[in-house]
Amino acid sequence: MSLRLIDVSREYVAGKPVLSGIDLAIEPGEFVTVVGASGSGKSTLLCLIAGLARPTTGQVLLDGQEVLGPGPDRGMAFQTASLYPWRSVARNVAFGLEAMGVPRDVRDERVRWLLDEVGLTAFAGTLPGKLSGGQQQRVSIARALACQPRVLLLDEPFGALDVQTKEDMQLFIRQIWQDVGTTVVMVTHDVEEAVFLGQRVLVLSSDPGRISQDIQVDLPEPRTLTVRRSAEFLALRARVEDLVRAEHRAHQALNGHAG
Amino acid sequence: MAPPVLPQAPARRVKLLKTEVSRRTAWILRAASILVPLAGWWALSVSGVVEDTFLPSPPAVWSAGMAMVESGDLPNDLLASLGRIGAGFGLAVLIAVPLGFAMGTLGWAQPLLEPVIGILRYLPASAFIPLLIIWLGIGEVSKIALLVLGVVFFNTLMTADAVRQVPARLLEVSAILGAGRARVAARVVFPYALPGILDAMRVNAAAAWNFVVVAELIAATSGLGYRITRAQRFLQTDRIFAILIVIGLIGLTIDITLRLLRSRVGRWAQ
Repeated sequence: MSLRLIDVSREYVAGKPVLSGIDLAIEPGEFVTVVGASGSGKSTLLCLIAGLARPTTGQVLLDGQEVLGPGPDRGMAFQTASLYPWRSVARNVAFGLEAMGVPRDVRDERVRWLLDEVGLTAFAGTLPGKLSGGQQQRVSIARALACQPRVLLLDEPFGALDVQTKEDMQLFIRQIWQDVGTTVVMVTHDVEEAVFLGQRVLVLSSDPGRISQDIQVDLPEPRTLTVRRSAEFLALRARVEDLVRAEHRAHQALNGHAG
Repeated sequence: MAPPVLPQAPARRVKLLKTEVSRRTAWILRAASILVPLAGWWALSVSGVVEDTFLPSPPAVWSAGMAMVESGDLPNDLLASLGRIGAGFGLAVLIAVPLGFAMGTLGWAQPLLEPVIGILRYLPASAFIPLLIIWLGIGEVSKIALLVLGVVFFNTLMTADAVRQVPARLLEVSAILGAGRARVAARVVFPYALPGILDAMRVNAAAAWNFVVVAELIAATSGLGYRITRAQRFLQTDRIFAILIVIGLIGLTIDITLRLLRSRVGRWAQ
């Protein structure tokens, strides 16, 4: 899968672009994280790739084909797990496969594999309401992966989790990415998370959102918690934090807020 | 700049507005809710302050009720009224749910239907009785039409509200998973909205039950409402009381049934 954004801009209010002049190429199997201050349009960027919104100008291409709407060749998970509360965990994961018309036995097999992969086999028959926040997010990611999407889009998926769960989930999503081999584009406001997970960190500027920095992360693989304490990691984190802080200050000043 | 100084905040114990009682107290209160008015009625009728003809005693009402059961009038009237609510309310739901569903999902249905339904629901259905009799005669059709008129508009708007509660995010997720509009309607919106739709039905079933009796008060040859007007002609207040109690009990049964159905269907929401 290769994902290309060519001179993409998006306006919700005419003359006030949220994103502008976005040129981006993402190679198959890459793990890309996107950080930016509020107003940088980072969620909008994901929506454009997902096809939930259309670019005002420019094109989004997935393997050379223009993205014209949402579809199962892309998977997406949001900050709120947004599960179907009346469907069991297994049937939540199966939803996309049902829509694709996958035969029952193949479907069951794939759901079983995914539940095993996300460590929720024991909860196959449980309703989402009975799960913890982290477990719900695992279901949501398994559901997004069910149709074997070419790219997995993650919109601040761990933003609402407590610190310990978040750390578990970061290791978890890395593991999933390695096992499944799909491309991942993840938006987060947490710089530490972005640097820890991404092979590449995109820093967006605000007003309008543009890609201000595209940083290659050359940290050792696999990313363990030890990597997180290394001097290189800390230095890179500080660098990205400074970039995001500068964008945040500029955005506040423009909107008349005190720093 | 120094912050303005306030007097020290009092160490008062503030009580929460919402309070709870134990299960036992709740049951005692529930029993009292029925028994206290019953005892008051009984005491008043025995005291002789009010004439028997105006306020019959509970035993008199009981025997009047039993007499109507034995003669077969009460069961027949009950069946007639239940048949009407079944047909009228059923028809209203069959119209209201698809309309409300459309209003809650399709962009054009809301602006097209909301103004007209918003006006129609403020027209009192009872005021249509003379017109309905002129149009449809005094048979079953006009009674069922009254029921439909009385319920269908409210039920449509309430169904539309329930359907609109489905989070936009859930619809987006479903589209990304490849579900088309028909699948999303059947597999996402309908199951999500069903508890709310049943709530709307429960509220409107109460209104429908009222309209059955109203329809039968005007022109009918059977039904609980008809039985009340007949009893009035012969000043049989004990019979009127008995029928009112039956009407109340049937209403309660309808309510409890729909409530149970709703809690079964909406188990996931708890």
